[in-house]
Amino acid sequence: MTTKLFGEPVRRREDARLISGQGRYLDDLGQHALAAAFVRSPHAHARITGIDVDAALEVDGLVAIYTWEDLPEGVCEPLPLLIPHPALTHGRTAYPLAREVVRHVGEPIVMVVARDRYLAEDICSLIEVSYEFLKPVIGLEEAVSGAHLVHEDVPGNVGAHLVQEVPSADGRSAAEAIAAAPHTLSFRLDIERSASMPLEGKGVYARWDADDQSLRIYSSTQTSTSVRMALAAKLGLPLPKVEVIAPDVGGGFGVKIVHPWPEEVLVPWAARVLGQEIKWTEDRREHFIGSAHERAQVQHVQVGFDEAGRVLGLSVEILHDHGAYTHYGIIVPIITSTQLLGPYRIGAYRVEFSSIYTNTVQVTPYRGAGRPQAAFCMERTMDKIAQHLGLDRTEVRAANFIQPDQFPYDQGMIFQDGRPLIYDSGDYPESLRKLKDLIGWDDFPALRESARADGRRLGIGLGCYVEGTGVGPYEGGHIQITSDGRVHVSTGLTSQGQGHETVFAQIAATELGVPIDRVSVVTGDTRRFGYAVGTFASRAAVMSGNAIALACRKVREKALRVAADALEADPRDLEITDGVVHVVGAPAASIPLATVAVLSNPLRYAFDEEAKRATQFASTGGMDRPPVSEGEEPGLEGKDYYSPIRSTFASGMHAAIVETDPDTAEIRILRYAVVHDCGKMINPMLVEGQIHGGVAQGVGGALYEKMVYDDHGQLLNASFMDFLMPYATEIPHIETDHLETPSPLNPLGIKGAGEAGVIPVSAVIAAAIEDAEGLPIDRMPISPSDLHALRQGRGR
Amino acid sequence: MYDITLIVNGVPREARVPARRLLSDCLRHDLGLTGTHVGCEHGVCGACTVLLDGEPVRSCLTFAVTVDGREITTVEGLATGGRLSPVQRAFAECHGLQCGFCTPGFLCTTTAFLRENPAPTDEEVLEGISGNLCRCTGYQNIVKSVHRAAELLAEEPS
Ligand code: FES
Ligand code: FES
Repeated sequence: MTTKLFGEPVRRREDARLISGQGRYLDDLGQHALAAAFVRSPHAHARITGIDVDAALEVDGLVAIYTWEDLPEGVCEPLPLLIPHPALTHGRTAYPLAREVVRHVGEPIVMVVARDRYLAEDICSLIEVSYEFLKPVIGLEEAVSGAHLVHEDVPGNVGAHLVQEVPSADGRSAAEAIAAAPHTLSFRLDIERSASMPLEGKGVYARWDADDQSLRIYSSTQTSTSVRMALAAKLGLPLPKVEVIAPDVGGGFGVKIVHPWPEEVLVPWAARVLGQEIKWTEDRREHFIGSAHERAQVQHVQVGFDEAGRVLGLSVEILHDHGAYTHYGIIVPIITSTQLLGPYRIGAYRVEFSSIYTNTVQVTPYRGAGRPQAAFCMERTMDKIAQHLGLDRTEVRAANFIQPDQFPYDQGMIFQDGRPLIYDSGDYPESLRKLKDLIGWDDFPALRESARADGRRLGIGLGCYVEGTGVGPYEGGHIQITSDGRVHVSTGLTSQGQGHETVFAQIAATELGVPIDRVSVVTGDTRRFGYAVGTFASRAAVMSGNAIALACRKVREKALRVAADALEADPRDLEITDGVVHVVGAPAASIPLATVAVLSNPLRYAFDEEAKRATQFASTGGMDRPPVSEGEEPGLEGKDYYSPIRSTFASGMHAAIVETDPDTAEIRILRYAVVHDCGKMINPMLVEGQIHGGVAQGVGGALYEKMVYDDHGQLLNASFMDFLMPYATEIPHIETDHLETPSPLNPLGIKGAGEAGVIPVSAVIAAAIEDAEGLPIDRMPISPSDLHALRQGRGR
Repeated sequence: MYDITLIVNGVPREARVPARRLLSDCLRHDLGLTGTHVGCEHGVCGACTVLLDGEPVRSCLTFAVTVDGREITTVEGLATGGRLSPVQRAFAECHGLQCGFCTPGFLCTTTAFLRENPAPTDEEVLEGISGNLCRCTGYQNIVKSVHRAAELLAEEPS
């Protein structure tokens, strides 16, 4: 096996089209399709008492108007609850168009189909919906009081409640361990809402082929296979008559894993009913009020520890605001609860969460998916312990680390994949050593002093995390080598900018011994690969990467068998280099893979010169067996799946030096350092890119981004003007270093990298500001005015 | 309805548009040049940036009728004679894009920026691209790409 491509910073193969304007994103397709637009609720909580469409009917260019009443069986039902869980006793999902009650601003009520989008929006503005107002439930405190209900049949607004307990080695509960500990602390932490906010919103474009009785749907989704199954079921179509394709997707970060969205059901349905192509492209305001948010939690922490800062007992109560619906279940608080433990081996642990309804946009995973909250909780706890004991913050962490010889390490909990939370590998002490070197931890006091002499205020902070990546259940890969020597790779999961076309081609080229420019990769197209789960949880490289490697190994074996026949050699003496099969040590005895592909498919009819070699009178030998031997298939192709026993656990540590302005309370990140361990890296350039992007989103979440709801449930900052995402000027230069602790769980030894960058950032920045200011920072994000208020002793 | 002619990437293109037609929509949907992207339609993200007589503008904040007869360069027009421009090459070389949705805006912005300032400092690069949002890259490799583009431009025979 040639290994020169795996692990190399190979340039991206998707870029040629994307830098020349030749990408194909959702709204670039279907130029002649009809346009859909939606009337959305302007109220957070109301009963619909009437819908008047009279004025709208006058407009030239109107094609159709639909309300919930117009929807047939299947389509009219509530959207599926994607991830049921026994603790989610009161799961509720929305109807695709509101039925009687609206529960957040932005909930779709009427769908309009018109000749173009301008007209469709004009028509929406002519439709009058009348409402009877209901009391909106906004904010966790208000919601848990239960005074008013988001759903009449959900008492106390509690959708789910889950307690998980891990006793200490000597059998003590967290409460007992804390009570007996020499030191204890208790405190409250708060994190605000943010959102994935990909630069391209959602969108769906559907074409019904009446002749073929089939439906093709393009969707800006993170899971085309699952959208396909959901739509076939909802629309009552045979699965083979439904195709779903994720074209180029302009970022996802979690929000596009949720499916089917109301629009994803309604647009294909209407396309079939009307027999016309229909497209809906989400605009930015719709994305703010009609998609999903994440993060908001309140955490109550109690911790008991010894003189060295070792945690003896930890008890965390989490209030998690999941918005008006639980379409995606309670994965976010489950991840917070389990990943809170980070790289630490602690005594006893108890975590309890309540997942609460409010009249706001639903909460579903956004890059990090509950882990930023988890890291915030654990890392703030570590810092508080260090401060209480007067110890260096890195020492307290080191005292609690799982040691390299303790893997596999069982945390005694059930992870988000329903499997035991067992860490496969890692080297946390070494990561910390590298991080301290990279940021210059030990030299910082001197730096701080010299800055102080100039009237400047500096602080340093760090944060550690462990991330369960590559969650199952499975992904698959298909490889076909055609008679022109080209290698066609496909996998069912989707891409939103990660560079899958490149890394999967690197894997295939390496495994097969072919030049990478002979390899092409297709993702997210159910016509090419029907079985898949989707792209989320930093799983694509681990899952599809390994599946593709396994499929390549099958195909390679077959190629060697066929070539051995042709060369009259032993397959064990053969190797593939640059797309040519040859006898090791005798390069003259060789046959190109293209020819092997021809020979692997016995032909009756020649279609070109090369193909003649596979026709019936061309071959001489083998008259004693059928042309396709038993157990073989024609063609040089193969498929395989990778289904891991459980997740693989990547890890990392970040540190930052910040400066706070003594007068203006402005916060500037002077340095940001990352040490990251995602096992073997397929392409270090792309891994770094993922980290940069994650850290930038983390900085957004730490200093700028929040969803501002007023008491009426209006989202006050639903635009890029008011929701402050960082520009280049807000993001520090990110310094990175890597560790490569291979995963023992998969053939390539890799772990996921997609979400890592974002996870500890709020914790790190809070720690650094706290260090600079000497004030506890327990609530993120923090703006200069927040910091100013804290300085005045006013809290926030 | 108004009949307008835009000189897009050097080619006169005719369109019949209502007064409210955004330039971004006109380029994308009337002229089929979908390389120009729309990320917010309220002038903040810069994804829709095109060059109007060489100057970067937000095509989502421009009515098509107001630029009748003017020269417009879109991402599709940055390459010359089938050869990618130095700015385009630099972005590919430095991994300056991930999903690619913001990229056309950055490419147009950078093209105009380097014309004004062929050898920018770090600070100037940050300033130069500070009107464009990217949610994927964290900007570090975009900054690198802009510097690299400046180098490549300096090497170009003029
Ligand atoms: S689309 Fe024009 S600035 Fe965002
Ligand atoms: S590359 Fe995705 S938004 Fe910039």
